[in-house]
Amino acid sequence: MSRSTGAVHASRPGASLRRGGARPHLAGLAVLALVVIALPLLFPKNYFVTVVGVTVGFHVILAVSLNLLIGYAGQISLGHAAFFGLGAYSSAILTTGYGLSPWLGMLGGMAIVFLIAGLIARPILRLKGHYLAMATLGFGIIVHIVMVQAVALTGGPDGLSGIPGLSLLGWSVKTDLHWYWVVAAVMLAVVWLSLNIVDSRTGRALRAVHGSEFAAEMMGIDTARTKARVFVLSAVLSAVAGSLFAHQQGFVSPDSFSFFVSVELVTMVVLGGMASTYGAVFGAVTLTLLKAGLVVFHDYEMVILGAILMVIMIFLPQGLFVGLARGLHLALTRRRERPAASGDGIA
Amino acid sequence: MLDQLAQFLITGITVGAIYALVGLGFAIIYNASDVVNFAQGEFVMIGAMTAISLIAAGAPFLVALVLAALATVAIGMALEKFAVEPARGASVVTLIIITIGASIFLRGLAQLIWGKNFHAMPHFSGETPLQLGSATLLPQNLWVMGGTAVLVLVVRWFFGRTTVGKALLACSCNPTAAALMGINVRWMLLLAYGLSALLGAVAGMLVAPITFTSYDAGVMLGLKGFSAAILGGMGNSMGAVAGGLLLGILESLGAGFISSGYKDAIAFVVILLVLFFRPSGLFGRASAERV
Repeated sequence: MSRSTGAVHASRPGASLRRGGARPHLAGLAVLALVVIALPLLFPKNYFVTVVGVTVGFHVILAVSLNLLIGYAGQISLGHAAFFGLGAYSSAILTTGYGLSPWLGMLGGMAIVFLIAGLIARPILRLKGHYLAMATLGFGIIVHIVMVQAVALTGGPDGLSGIPGLSLLGWSVKTDLHWYWVVAAVMLAVVWLSLNIVDSRTGRALRAVHGSEFAAEMMGIDTARTKARVFVLSAVLSAVAGSLFAHQQGFVSPDSFSFFVSVELVTMVVLGGMASTYGAVFGAVTLTLLKAGLVVFHDYEMVILGAILMVIMIFLPQGLFVGLARGLHLALTRRRERPAASGDGIA
Repeated sequence: MLDQLAQFLITGITVGAIYALVGLGFAIIYNASDVVNFAQGEFVMIGAMTAISLIAAGAPFLVALVLAALATVAIGMALEKFAVEPARGASVVTLIIITIGASIFLRGLAQLIWGKNFHAMPHFSGETPLQLGSATLLPQNLWVMGGTAVLVLVVRWFFGRTTVGKALLACSCNPTAAALMGINVRWMLLLAYGLSALLGAVAGMLVAPITFTSYDAGVMLGLKGFSAAILGGMGNSMGAVAGGLLLGILESLGAGFISSGYKDAIAFVVILLVLFFRPSGLFGRASAERV
C-alpha cells in the first residue's frame, strides 16, 4: 500500500502538543453534563428525552469508544457490534442462566470481552487497511452467527428474555427516567475517560501511530502494545454498554448486534468527525435522533446511512462536527489575527 | 458417505464458482487502483434482480440478461466516477468507508425498488435433474460451472492478449508511467469497475435460479468473494479463482459433515486463520508491504 494511512483527518498531533501535559479541555464536558442533567428536569415526560435519550446514551458510549480506535489510533473496526453483543449476552446468560446478580453479570461480560479482545488484539491489529477491515468484519459475523446458532446457550434467533434490571443500594432502576440517569452517568464517565486518554501520553502515542507507525516506532513507542491496549479498552467499554443495554431492555436478540449495527457505529464516528470525542458524541446523538424522529427514516435508513458515509468521506473527511467547529473557530480568529493554528479547541 | 461427498463437491464447486467470479472482480479493481471495493457483492444482487424484473416485465430471456448486465456495468462505472474518483489519493480507511457506504446505499435502493422478498429467476434450461453416478445435479449447476470457466478464460485472454487489457495492467503497475505512455488512466479505472461489475452481474444471474435472491443477497456473496480474493493472495486474479473454489468446497463440506447452521462461519474462520498465519494468501508471494 503506497498511500499513507494517516491523512484521514486534518487534526495534527501538534494541536494538542501545544497544551501537552495540561489538563484536558473540560469545558465541553461541563456543557454536555449540564444539557444531560437539564433535559429530564425540564421535560420529564418527553418521549425523546426518557426513551430515545437512553438509546442516545448507549450510542454515545459505543461511538466514543469506537472513536478511540478508528479516530485516534487509525485502526478500522467493522465488527464493533460484536463486543457490544458479547457484553449484552454475557450479562443475559449469567443472570438468567446462572442466577448471578446483574452487577456480577456486567463484571462477567467485561471479563469475557477483556479476554476475547485481548486474545485477538495482537494478531488482528498486525493487519492493516483492507485486511484489518476484513478481519474485524469476519470476527463480527462469526460472533453474530454463534448468537443465532448456539440455541442452547443464546436462545437462537429469538434471543433471551427475562433479564433482570439493575438495583443500586436498594434503589431499583425501573422507570425510563431511572435508566436515563444511569446510562447518562456512565456515558459522561466514558466521555471523560476518552478526553483524558486522548490528552495523555497514551493518546499522543495513539496519534503518532495513526500518523505513521514507522515514525512512532522510531520515537520509541511500542506500537503493537499501544494499538492492542486501545482495542481492548474500546471493546470493554462497548461491553459495558452491552450489559447495560441487556438489563435495560430485559431482552436480547442477535438483531441488535449485526454487521449493520457495526456499520451504523462507524457512521456515527465518521459523521461527527474522526479523532474528536465530541465529534463522536455529536454523530451518535444526531444519527439516533434522526432515526427516532423521522418516520420516513425507517424506509430509507440504508440509503441515508450509505449516503452519509459516502458524502462525508468524500467532501468533509474530518466530519460534520469538526468541520463546523473549525470553520467557526477560523471565522472568529480571522478578525483578530491571521488563522495560524487550526484545530484548536477540539479535543 | 462417498455418495454424499460427490454431492457436496458439486454444491461446493457451484457456490465456489460464484465466489471465484466475485473474487476475480475484487482482484481486478484492487490491481487497477489499490482499492478494495466493498460494494462488489451489490453488483451480484443488482445483476440478478434487474434480470428478474426485466423477465417479469416480459422481456425475452436473453435480452433481459444482456440489459441487466449492462445496467450493472453502468452502476459500477458510476460508482467509480462519483464515489471513488472524487476521493482519489485519500487514505485506505477513507476508501473502505466510502465503498461500504456505497454498498449500503445500493442495498437500500434495492430494498426500496424490490422490497424485502425473495425473488426467483427461471432456470436457463429446465429443471430436470441429471444423474451423475449417485449424485444429482441441475442443468443450472452446469451453467454456473461452464459460465464461470468461460468468463475466467476470457478475463485471462483479455489481460494477457489484448492491448486494452495490457494497458489496464500497466495502470496497476505504475499509473504515472502508464499515463506517460499515452494510456488514459481514468478511462482504465472506469473500465476496471465496469469489468468487475460485469463479472458480478453474470455471477448473480447464473446462480439466482438455484439460490433465489433478495435485496441483501449481496452482503454474504461480496464478503465471501473478498475472502476468496484474500485466500488466493490479494491482487492475484487466478489465485482469487482458486480461492473461491476452495472456499466453496470447504463450506459445502463443512455444511454437510459438520453443521449447516455454521456454514457461513466456516468461511470467516478460514479467512481469519489465513490472515493471522499467512496474510499473503495461499498462492500469493510474501509481501511485507501489504501485510
